[in-house]
Amino acid sequence: MKDWKKTARDRTEELRKSITAGVIGFCVGALIILAYGYNPIAAYQALLSGAFGDLYGFSESVANATPLILTALTFAVGFRGGMFNIGAEGQLYLGALAAVSITLLRLPPALSFVLSIIAAALAGIIWSMPVAVLKATRGVHEVISTIMLNWVAHFLSFYLISKVLVDPQRAEKTVSIARGARFALLVPGTSLSYGIFLSVAAAALVWLFIWRTVIGFDLRAMGYNQDAARYAGIEKWRVILSVFVMGGITAGLGGAVHVMGRPPTYAVFGGLPAIQNLGFDGLAVAMIGRNHPAGIIFAAIFFGGLLAGGRMMQLLAQVPLEMVRVLEGVVVLFLAIPELSRIFSIFKRKKDQTL
Amino acid sequence: MSLAYLFIGIFTGSLHAMVPITLTATGETVGESAGLFNIGLEGIILLSAMTGALGAEAWGAFMGLVTGLATGFAMGLIFGLINTYFKGVQLITGVGINLAAIGMVAFWLIHLGVPGHHAVPKESQLVNISTAIGNISPMILVTIALPVIVWILLFRTKLGLKIRAVGENPQAADVAGINVHLLRLFSTAAGASLAGLAGAYISVAWMGSVTKEISAGRGFIALATVVFSGLNPLLVLLGGFIFGFFENLAVWISTMPAVQSVVPWQLISMAPYIVTLLIVAGVIGRVRFPAAMGTPYMRE
Repeated sequence: MKDWKKTARDRTEELRKSITAGVIGFCVGALIILAYGYNPIAAYQALLSGAFGDLYGFSESVANATPLILTALTFAVGFRGGMFNIGAEGQLYLGALAAVSITLLRLPPALSFVLSIIAAALAGIIWSMPVAVLKATRGVHEVISTIMLNWVAHFLSFYLISKVLVDPQRAEKTVSIARGARFALLVPGTSLSYGIFLSVAAAALVWLFIWRTVIGFDLRAMGYNQDAARYAGIEKWRVILSVFVMGGITAGLGGAVHVMGRPPTYAVFGGLPAIQNLGFDGLAVAMIGRNHPAGIIFAAIFFGGLLAGGRMMQLLAQVPLEMVRVLEGVVVLFLAIPELSRIFSIFKRKKDQTL
Repeated sequence: MSLAYLFIGIFTGSLHAMVPITLTATGETVGESAGLFNIGLEGIILLSAMTGALGAEAWGAFMGLVTGLATGFAMGLIFGLINTYFKGVQLITGVGINLAAIGMVAFWLIHLGVPGHHAVPKESQLVNISTAIGNISPMILVTIALPVIVWILLFRTKLGLKIRAVGENPQAADVAGINVHLLRLFSTAAGASLAGLAGAYISVAWMGSVTKEISAGRGFIALATVVFSGLNPLLVLLGGFIFGFFENLAVWISTMPAVQSVVPWQLISMAPYIVTLLIVAGVIGRVRFPAAMGTPYMRE
């Protein structure tokens, strides 16, 4: 059992990769900021102080991280099993709406709270089941089916928001989650709610699932080598099913922690302004966190911090906060390169080969 | 009489909506035939809509389209380089492109003054041509011609055979003396340039403005169209028209309260995606992709 040494080396390697991509991302960002005539140093200073400078900033950063941890877990579970599950986006929409729908039943607040969370998880599972079934029985690649289902969910949400769950007083949004059925605020005056504990607990459970259960072992085996896993007698459909059940639960809960924990309206708006891209941002977070639950928590807080600090950057350095998303994209782009941390030595090796 | 007008209106509307989807999907067919699956098309359309609009304002409508084409080509080169020589993960690269483009365009729009919206002046827009069915964009003709040209390229030329070879069996292609990485790189970049042209068409010819959501999922719809067509450019034309028709129909229904109460537009908008899903599942027909699609080529 000497493999702890190897995993420790792998961890540093993974960490180095994220840091390399981050540094490249910030450099490219600085060049763009400079090219548009702003001051990159002032921008980054404001960004960091806005994100982590005081309790308010830090609370907002963690609040932004809350749903991102969950959608990142959705992607990470699949990625560990060699699958590319980008269905969190649509599953999160429906999870949020399922949580809202419980409000219509007018139950006692405590019961409503619990049922909303269960409904969100169920909605996530229901929306990811077709992906699992189509993959296991017809060999349909999950990227294709999740793209299609994300768009069906997109239009279904528009329909549900405007027709079924609509607030009779304000037609542009759904009814709000009842006062007692929300996640209480952890830091009053900020957006940070107790929902963060649900996210962190989910991360811990996903860790247990992947590294401490038999099916988790099968999942990792399939992620390393599909053929070897098949010869070892691992049943593919069980792994597929578990990936998409776990993925559906986490993505659905992502919708729940957002709509039940994020002030001030506790409702979903038509056009999905606040929840659009939470699924894809989660993918970025999973990549930066190297698809490990612990890494994901830190990456989500880091990324949530960029979103929170972006406002300060806009205020103090006049750099539009959308710059943050450019940084995100560039970082993900570079993380796609497997040997990123050795990228400079790759060039060197190429030279050696030609000699 | 008014019914005839209505049908012609829906038909020309569908043709205009067809253009960006068909152009993008035709390009992607070339890329996928060579083995590269680009889910960053959405971002490429978005960014090219922005650069195309600025190009048109600086040098005229035609050069605006060329600017879009060039933007698409450049982004295709980035995507292609990472996924050939650097053996990257194609899906992650594509997601990165999408995220960066969403941020870049929103950033650019704020920088230009009005957040979220930029109108292209009338004199910089591409002029429509008048035909028997009304005023239509000349880009419609380009869009009908391109899939035919690409079909001939892919299935009737030596270059097309090579492109399909690097997508199907890169090892064999390499042994046959084809530069796998280089051909894959230029196939995907050429494909992405059509997504760029599609983006420029949206801002310079069709909508006459740029917003931060102007691509509106068309990159993903194009991917669905490619799936629908099973990598046949001629079926891309058909699929593009069907998707364009549904997009146009949904917009039309959303403006008609009487129809809206019977069939909500949101449900019409879902239909193409469900149909595509059924096709991929083999319920209607069967599609097959190149064997080596999505995987980087590693030389032994």
